[in-house]
Amino acid sequence: MKAPIELRSSPHVKRGVSVERIMRNVVLALLPICAFAVWQYGLSALALIVTVTATCLATERFFNWMAGRPGTLSDWSAAITGLLLALTLPPAFPLWMGAVAGFAAIALGKALFGGLGQNVFNPALVGRAFVQAAFPVSISTWVPAFAPGRFAEFIPTTFTLPLMAPPDISAWAKGALDGFTGATPLALWKFENQVTPPDAFLSGAATASAGETTAVLILLGGLYLVARRFMDWRIPVAVLGSAALAAWAFQLWDPARYPDPGFVLLSGGLMLGAAFMATDMATSPVTPLGVWIYGALIGVVTVMIRYFGGLTEGVMYAILLGNALVPLIDQYTPPRVFGDVKGTKP
Amino acid sequence: MALPGQQELTHLEEFMEGVWKQNPVFVMVLGMCPTLAVSVSAVNALAMGLATTFVLLGSTLLVSLMRKAVPKEVRIATYIVIIATFVTVVDYLIAAISLELYEALGAFIQLIVVNCIILGRAEAHASKNPPLRAATNALGMGLGFCIGLFALGAVREILGAGKLFGVALFGPDFQPWVVMVLPPGGFFVLGGWLLLFNWLRRRQGGALKPAEGHVHG
Amino acid sequence: MSQHPVSPPAGHATSSAAMVRTLGVVATVCGILIVSAYQGTLERVTANKRIALERAVFRVIPGAASMREFVASRAGVVPAAEGAGAEGGVRFYAAYDAAGQLKGIAAEAAAMGYADLVRVLYAYDPRRQAITGIGVVSHRETPGIGDKIITDAAFLTNFAALDVRLNADLSALANTVKTVKHGTRRHPWEIDAISGATVTSKAVGRGINDSAQRLLPLLAPNLDKLGRPAGRQEASP
Repeated sequence: MKAPIELRSSPHVKRGVSVERIMRNVVLALLPICAFAVWQYGLSALALIVTVTATCLATERFFNWMAGRPGTLSDWSAAITGLLLALTLPPAFPLWMGAVAGFAAIALGKALFGGLGQNVFNPALVGRAFVQAAFPVSISTWVPAFAPGRFAEFIPTTFTLPLMAPPDISAWAKGALDGFTGATPLALWKFENQVTPPDAFLSGAATASAGETTAVLILLGGLYLVARRFMDWRIPVAVLGSAALAAWAFQLWDPARYPDPGFVLLSGGLMLGAAFMATDMATSPVTPLGVWIYGALIGVVTVMIRYFGGLTEGVMYAILLGNALVPLIDQYTPPRVFGDVKGTKP
Repeated sequence: MALPGQQELTHLEEFMEGVWKQNPVFVMVLGMCPTLAVSVSAVNALAMGLATTFVLLGSTLLVSLMRKAVPKEVRIATYIVIIATFVTVVDYLIAAISLELYEALGAFIQLIVVNCIILGRAEAHASKNPPLRAATNALGMGLGFCIGLFALGAVREILGAGKLFGVALFGPDFQPWVVMVLPPGGFFVLGGWLLLFNWLRRRQGGALKPAEGHVHG
Repeated sequence: MSQHPVSPPAGHATSSAAMVRTLGVVATVCGILIVSAYQGTLERVTANKRIALERAVFRVIPGAASMREFVASRAGVVPAAEGAGAEGGVRFYAAYDAAGQLKGIAAEAAAMGYADLVRVLYAYDPRRQAITGIGVVSHRETPGIGDKIITDAAFLTNFAALDVRLNADLSALANTVKTVKHGTRRHPWEIDAISGATVTSKAVGRGINDSAQRLLPLLAPNLDKLGRPAGRQEASP
């Protein structure tokens, strides 16, 4: 490939330009989060982001070739899928598994539906769900942030040979950070009833996936997209608002058992999911009322899975479930009730 | 017994119908219940394929032999009784050959009875053709079903356990893809094979011929 | 099927007698086929089942060379062939070494796991009053998680000498066998769960407890009846 990004004029003059511009700006908004992830986790995070994104681009190219269609790399959507997917994976995730995730994201999540705009589910989350089901151990193996040697050496699991199981790194992780337990804040809460203080989420010290650790950068990226009108602000507001409301209600009911809404908002992937994944244009509703219903559903289901499910984190499945209901929501919310939107928010 | 003016397939063509042109798994997408459920390993898949072939062969032969004696009002009842008989026989046979295999296949042996490939062949082919021709067609269909099941079972066993026919391929450090031995893995692999098959057929030239079957069963 | 009877056009009608005759012939032929298949395979199927059972018993009781099947009930312990119908009977297998000495007892335990019943065969050593090994008979747990009960070495060491002593009046186990959270095993009658596969581990513990609570009190007063009767050698394949 001589030119990885191919600029074409027709056949997508009008819509192509606009889609491409939105997508380019989303990438721009994601870059600071990626940079922070690399600063936190070092070479391994960089290698993971590059590998996953490259696999996504290559898979997109491959399916374009298979279908005999013109290349669609230039609309940046595959790059966004790759970046987002990499940000939802644990930094110690072996690169070959990252490549599997990238392939599954584009192949299962997008190409099989007919490409951008036809997909029902957010491709990045389809990729993540696939590796969650395929490699349940590696997807929940965490490493500490700000390990001292992170720019000098890779995490031992990064270069696991393809198809092979990664080595056990619990000893390595303890060596990198004394007292590191390998549990995420959500797992600590669920199994030890221990609530992580909010400053850990703001500084990026909390144990999490590569791009889930800093609420500030995610919010800034989201605000930028909202300000440029590339993103529907109602979706993140509905997701975060409903999750906070649900968490608040549970805390009122039993304060000893349920954490405060701030913890629910900041922990795990809720911020990243609300700002960058629930807002995917192809997989979110188009009607104003539908957008609120969709966002509220994601927020509430997330809290339900976290509190009552077998998994510690529920954002991924909540958004995928929301995606699946989009056609139904759109059908039952014709946009004539324009003035009545706020009153129907749960 | 070629009817005058009607072009008849040679026996080889009749055989190849099921193997390739009307492959029950990849083209007609029939009999998906056992296909998805038991294809977690190559051995299970092949055993299921062979059991189905046996039932297919036995029932089409009998149906074809009796085709002139069976009144059309009771033909479906007759076919079902015949098919159920052969399924029961194969059920005993598998338990006698290998108990381990019998337990691995579980209820899916008995469920061959509702596999629509078999009733479909009895109704659409065996009831209109002489025994030799019906048997040739049934063997081809059975082989095609075996190939389809094996294609799924092999991929799922290789990725899901790192083995083929129980022999480890990648050594002790292999990372199994858990999803492949779970039900979704069956759908993924089937989808992948269908994609590959349709793509190959399209590249071979000529648009896809509409298959006679429908997705069910 | 609720259509009004319409007299069929003459010549195309099939008489009811013809239909009954056809179905009768088909049913007869099929019946004969099934019966002959059943008779033909019965011996092999029974033999297969016995071999599979023996293999499973010999795996949990190393050194065993032959085995006999018994049923324990309130009426005492009798060979399975005689006591099959005994009320409240618990089936178990006594395994003997090559010299005919009792090596151990094996019995089946089952409890609901994550997806379906988890069935295990456990070995009981009457001299040590302990469970000395388990083997999984069947399960449908999640591959890679629940099926660790078969392979996890640390989990299997729980059953190297799991304490199932009876209480003073021999009516129940002295201590309930139970599965505890990973890393918190304190007593020899506790089972350390596999981290991440707690539900399946608990099913194993629950199954063994249920089975041992029923079997061992019935077995304890009758241990002497398990000795192999002299002069009766059973061939082992």
